Amino acid sequence: MTVLLGVVYAVFAVSALMTVWRIIVGPSILDRAVASDVLLTLIMCVLGAEMAINHHTRTLPLLLIVAAVGVFGSISIARFVARRDGVTR
Amino acid sequence: MNEVREIAVLVLILIGALLCLTAAIGLLRFRDVPTRLHAATKPQVLGLLLICVAIALALESWAVTAFLVPIMLIQLATAPLSAHMVGRQAYRNGTIDERSLVVDELADDKRTPPAAGG
Repeated sequence: MTVLLGVVYAVFAVSALMTVWRIIVGPSILDRAVASDVLLTLIMCVLGAEMAINHHTRTLPLLLIVAAVGVFGSISIARFVARRDGVTR
Repeated sequence: MNEVREIAVLVLILIGALLCLTAAIGLLRFRDVPTRLHAATKPQVLGLLLICVAIALALESWAVTAFLVPIMLIQLATAPLSAHMVGRQAYRNGTIDERSLVVDELADDKRTPPAAGG
């Protein structure tokens, strides 16, 4: 039981660190938009997992609001990014 | 019975966490925006669905389950929206590895004007 909990924590932590690394490294702004979208999904998953593990419902409205509003971040980035942002591949 | 349920909840959460890990590995390993987008959309639907099932199983109340249904429906509706916008902008932006494409139907669309019906 405790081992399984530790594995869950470790997997969440490692994936969050890798996602943050992609946000830092880049190379284009759309990569960062995709990575921040993943980070937001990861936060939702962590909030939900914490609720299921500790048996409470306090962060349930937060989950609903993040699910509803989180999409606007990457949509507005994709909408207003320049046609060519000078990426060298 | 209670013990079995706790184990099932933890296993569901673990599978959701592993989907998040695959998304992070995909973000690090893949080359361009559309392939990274492909990896990124896995936990957005299936991972969150598994976590929501885990919450419903752990709290075993119909009120919580009824609250989880709109969360999942909103996520199902908005995840393809943002993926579509980012993918289209990646194509126009040139942040796409064009040699890796098998079929490029948007390039055909560029040659034929939309009013030509082609």
